[in-house]
Amino acid sequence: MSDVAAIERDAAAAAAAASSLDELRTAQAAVLGKRGSLTQLNSTLGRLAPEERKKAGAALYEARARLAALFDDRAAALAASEREVRLEAERLDLTEVLPGPLQGSLSLVTQTRDALEDTFVGMGFSVAEGPEVESDWHNFEALNIPPAHPARSNFDTLYLDWGEPESTLLRTHTSPVQIRLMLAQPPPIYAVMPGRVYRKDTPDARHTPSFSQIEGLVVDHGITFGDLAGTIDTFTQAYFGPDIHARLRPAYFPFTEPSAEYEITCSICRGAGCRTCSGTGWVELGGCGMVHPNVFRAVGVDPEEWTGFAFGFGIDRLAQMRYEIADMRVLLDNDLRFVTQF
Amino acid sequence: MRVPLSWLREFAPFSLPARELGEVFDDLGMVVESITEVGAGLGDVVVGRVVSIEPIAGADKIRKVMVDAGRADPVQVVCGAWNFSVGESVPFVPVGAVLPGDFEIGRRKMKGVVSEGMLCSARELALGEDAGGLMVLASDVAPPGTPLVEALGIEHDVVYDLAIEANRPDANCVLGVARDAAARLGLPVSAPAAGWGGAAGDARFAVEVSSPELCDRFTATVFEGVEVGPSPEWVARRLTLAGMRPISNVVDASNYVMLELGQPTHAYDLDRLPVPALRVRAARPGEQLTTLDDVVRTLGGSDCLICDGLDEAIGIGGIMGGASSEVFSGTTRVALEAAHFVPMAIARTSKRIGLRSEASARFERGVDVLGIERSVDRFASLLALTCPGLTQRGGTVDWQAPGVGAAAPIRVRVDRVNAVLGTRLGAPAMAGLLEPIGFGVTSVDGVLDVTAPSFRPDVTAEIDVVEEVARHHGYSNIARTTVRPAQVGALTPYQGTRRVVRGVLCGAGLSEAAGGPLVSPGDHERSGLPESEIVASDPLVREESVLRSSLRPGLLRAVAFNQDRRNPDLGLFEIGKTWRPPHPSADVPDSRAAVAPGRGLPDEREVLAVVLAGAGPDGRGADASAAVRVLRRLAAALHVSGFDLAAAPAPGLHPTRTAEVAFGEHVIGLVGEIDPDVAGAWGIDGRVGWLEVELPPFVAHAAADERARPLSRFPSSDLDLAFAVADDTPAAAVEATLRAAGGPLLEWIRLFDVYRGPGVASGSRSLAFRLRFVSLDHTLSDAELAGVRGACIEAVERAHPATLRA
Repeated sequence: MSDVAAIERDAAAAAAAASSLDELRTAQAAVLGKRGSLTQLNSTLGRLAPEERKKAGAALYEARARLAALFDDRAAALAASEREVRLEAERLDLTEVLPGPLQGSLSLVTQTRDALEDTFVGMGFSVAEGPEVESDWHNFEALNIPPAHPARSNFDTLYLDWGEPESTLLRTHTSPVQIRLMLAQPPPIYAVMPGRVYRKDTPDARHTPSFSQIEGLVVDHGITFGDLAGTIDTFTQAYFGPDIHARLRPAYFPFTEPSAEYEITCSICRGAGCRTCSGTGWVELGGCGMVHPNVFRAVGVDPEEWTGFAFGFGIDRLAQMRYEIADMRVLLDNDLRFVTQF
Repeated sequence: MRVPLSWLREFAPFSLPARELGEVFDDLGMVVESITEVGAGLGDVVVGRVVSIEPIAGADKIRKVMVDAGRADPVQVVCGAWNFSVGESVPFVPVGAVLPGDFEIGRRKMKGVVSEGMLCSARELALGEDAGGLMVLASDVAPPGTPLVEALGIEHDVVYDLAIEANRPDANCVLGVARDAAARLGLPVSAPAAGWGGAAGDARFAVEVSSPELCDRFTATVFEGVEVGPSPEWVARRLTLAGMRPISNVVDASNYVMLELGQPTHAYDLDRLPVPALRVRAARPGEQLTTLDDVVRTLGGSDCLICDGLDEAIGIGGIMGGASSEVFSGTTRVALEAAHFVPMAIARTSKRIGLRSEASARFERGVDVLGIERSVDRFASLLALTCPGLTQRGGTVDWQAPGVGAAAPIRVRVDRVNAVLGTRLGAPAMAGLLEPIGFGVTSVDGVLDVTAPSFRPDVTAEIDVVEEVARHHGYSNIARTTVRPAQVGALTPYQGTRRVVRGVLCGAGLSEAAGGPLVSPGDHERSGLPESEIVASDPLVREESVLRSSLRPGLLRAVAFNQDRRNPDLGLFEIGKTWRPPHPSADVPDSRAAVAPGRGLPDEREVLAVVLAGAGPDGRGADASAAVRVLRRLAAALHVSGFDLAAAPAPGLHPTRTAEVAFGEHVIGLVGEIDPDVAGAWGIDGRVGWLEVELPPFVAHAAADERARPLSRFPSSDLDLAFAVADDTPAAAVEATLRAAGGPLLEWIRLFDVYRGPGVASGSRSLAFRLRFVSLDHTLSDAELAGVRGACIEAVERAHPATLRA
C-alpha cells in the first residue's frame, strides 16, 4: 500500500501548493473525487485477501479522512485570505466622502416665531392670522385711533392707492387680527397673532421697514391687570428661562388702558447692568395693557361683561437680541451666508 | 424732555439719590432715557484767552493756538475748531486732567507740534449739546486761569432726559414732573413764586377770535418798559440744561415759562403791529405766510392763523410765529399772547405742513387752559429781573369760548376699578392716590365722583381714572395671577401643515427666504409678469412702492444677490402673501371692511414659491425637472395627490418647459423654468427652476383617508414595459392609462427610464415603466400576469401613438 502513502503525500503537497479555492477544489477532486487517485484505489481492494483487504480498506479510509480534513483546513485558510484580499481592496477613507445634498435652513424669524408660538400653545393659546393689507378701520379706527388721532403719526403708515384715500394700508401692527378675531367669535378668547407688519421707515441697524411681531389677546370674564402681569411673567420665564423676569411700567397706547411697557431682565448681564441695557439690568421688549372699552365697543363686545388684555412685541428684535445680530438689515437680503448659519 | 434736578427742587424737596429718583420717574411712566451729571469733573478746566492762532505746515484742519491760561507763559495747543479768534476766552484743560466720561487729556504731537492741553466744546464738558466748535465764553467772563466752574457759577446738577407719553400732557413741564413724583414720594408741592404786581393802566388792546373751533381761549397782555438784552445767568443756564439756546430776555422768559409750567406764549413787538390788536381766524385756502424759520407756508381752511389788526397773517396759531412782528433788539413794548388751541386742530396743521415746534407738541397733547394767568404772571416776573422799568399796560385781554375749562365729574365705580386691576383698594385708598395729583374726589356708596384737574385734559372717562389709580398704586404692587384657559392650545391644521412644508423643503436642501411686499417699479415686468396695479400712495423710496402680485421678483433678486456673492448653486423657498385686484364677482364686504363704497381689500393669497439655480441644492441641476422633483417630494410628504401637470405657457416662464399644477379645472400653480430672457434680465446664469403654488388649496388636497392599507402575505410580481411614445404625448397620460389598465392588482407604477436615441424613431422617446402587481389572497399565476400584461400593452397602444418596444 505504498501507493496510498505516495498519493497522500502528493495530495498534501498539491493542497499546500493551491493558491486559490478553485485550484484547491481541482486538486481535491484529483484525489478524492469520483475518479480521484485515492478513490480509484478502492477498486484494487477486491483483489486482496480478506485479511489484507480489511487492513488496506481501513488504511484507505483513514487516509481519505485525513486528506478531507486537510483540504477543509486548507480551504478555510484560502477563504480567509481571499476575503482579506477582497476586503482590503474595498478599503475606504471615510474622510474623503464628497458632501451630499445639504440641509436647508429656516429663516431666523420663522424659527423664532415657531418657538414663540409653541410656548403660547403650551400655555393654552391658539394662533390666529389675518391679512397684511388692511383697511384703515381694522388697523386704526376699531383700535380707538380715529382719523387725525395724534397717535397715528407714530406709526409711519404705508398707504396704498386703493379705494378711498388712506383707506387701505399695509398693516402697522398685528392688532387688526385681534379685531377680526373678536368679530369672528364670541369670548372667551385666548390667542396669539404672529405676523409681518410694515412701517414707512428708513432701515438702520435696529429697524427694518418690514418686521414680524407677535401679539396676544385674552378676553374672558374677570380678566384683570394682575392676570396680564402674571401671564407676561409666565411667558417670559417659559421662553427665556427661569432667571429672566418681566416688569411693567406705565405707558400709553390708544387701544389699551391701563397700558404698560413690558421689560425683561437683560439677558446679556442677567440683570447686573451692562451696556446693552444702559446699566439698568432691564431691556424693553414690547407693550401691553387692558383692552380699551372703546375697542370692545367697536367689535360689539360688552365691556361691562368682559374684560381682557393684549400684549405685543417684535419677533425680529427678539432674534436680534438672542443671536446678537449687529445689523438687522441682514434679515432683508436673503443672503445664504447668513440664512444657513441657523 | 430734559429736566434739571435743581429746577425740580424748586417745587418739591426731592432728596433721593439721582438714580433712585430716576426709578421713581420710570415707575410713573415718565421714562428716563438718560441721566447726565452736569458740572462734575470740571475742577481742572480754566478760562483760557486766545493769544495767537497760527497755521501748521502741511495741515489744513488743525491750527497752533497759544493760550493764556493764567500761567507765566502762554500754553501751546493744537486745535481743530475754527469758531474762535484771538482775544476770545475759551475753556482750557491742561495735560493730565480728566474730563466727564473718564476722558484723560494726554500730551499729543500732531504734524510735529506738541499740544499741551485741549480747548473744549460745551459737549465735551457736558455743559450742553453743542459740539460744533469751542464753547466761546463772554470775553469779560473772568481773568485767564480762573476755574471755569467759578467763572460761570456752575453748580453741580443732574439732568434727566424723560420720554413723556402722549396721555401725559401734564408732564411736559418741570412743575408737572415734580407734582407726579412728589405725589408718589409723599412730598409737598409748592407752586412757583407768583404775584408780580405790575402797574395797571388803560387796556387799549383788542382781541378778536372768529374760529372758536380752532382756538378756545386767547389772551393778550401788553408790557411796556421792555429792554431787550441777555437773560440772567441762571435763566440762561437752566434753558441750556433743558436743551434750549438762550436768545434774549424776552424770548428766554417765554421759553422758561413753557418749560416750567407747560404754557407756550408768544411775544409780539407791539410797535411792529399796525394797530394794537390781534385776530384769530381760519386761514383762507392758499393763504401764505413766512414763518420764523424763513419758510413760506401755504395754509388752508382748517389751519389757525394769528393776524394783526388789519387781518394780515403774522403767525400760525400754536405752531410758529412769523418774522414781521418778531421781538428784536430795539423792542420796548411787547404784546404777550397766551392762548389755548384745540389739540386736534394743531395736530392736523402740524402734520400737514410738516412743522413741529415745542409749542405745537404741547398744544397737540393738551395744555392747561386754566393755567394762563399763572403763566403770564411768571413771564412778567422773569422779565422784570432784567427790565426794572417794566410795566403792564392794562389787564390781560381775555377771550374765552363758552364753557372753557368746565370739567364734568367722572363717575368711577370702586368695584370696577378693582375688577379691572385685580386689586382690593377701598374708596379712601383710591382718593389718596388721586388727590395728590390734582384730582377732586368725592365718594358716595362705592362710587367716586372724580373731577380731573384742568392740566389733565386726557382724563375723560372712568377707564382713564382706573389707569391713574394703577399708576400711582404702582404696577409692581398689583399681585400677579395666572389665567387658565379652558381650551386646549393648538395650531390650526393649516398652520401645522405649513410647518411640515417648510421642514420638507429644508430637507430637500432649500433655504427659506423672505421678501418685502413692496417691490420696485419694473420688477414685475423684469420677471415677465404684468406690472402690479396696486401701488403705495406715498412711498418712502421708489424701490419699495409696488405691491407684489408674485413672489417671483423677490426670489429672482435673491438668486442674483447670492450669485453675486459666489453662491450660485442654491434652492430658496418663500411662503408669503401676494395681492391682486379682486375678481369683479367677489363678495362685497361689510361696510367696516369696505375701502370705498362696495369695494373690498385687494385679493390676498398665501403662496409657496421655490427657485432653484446653478447646480441646485442637491447638485442635480436646477432645471424644470428639478422643480418637478421638489413638487413631487412635497406632495408625497403631504399625501397630496390627484393633481395634473399640463404643459401650458405662462408669462415669464420657459415657453416649452412649464406646466400648470391643476386639480381638475382648478389651476393652483405653475412648475417649470424661468424664461431664459427673464433670468438674463436679472443677471442670473444658467437654468432657473421655478415652482409656485397657492398653499391653502394645495394642502387642502391632502388625502383625507388615513386608514392603513393592508399588506399582502403573498409574493408580488414586477412587470417592466417600455413603449416608444410620440414626444407630444405626456408620460403622465401613458402612466394614467397603465394605472387604469393595471386594475386592482396594481400595487404601484413608476417611470424608471426615459431614452432618446438609436433604436427609437425620432420624434418619439422610450418610456420604461415598472409595474408591481400583488393580490391580497393568492400568489399571482403566470396566466394572470400574462393577462394583465396584455391588457396594459393593448390599452396604451390603443390610447396613444405608442408601441411596445421589444
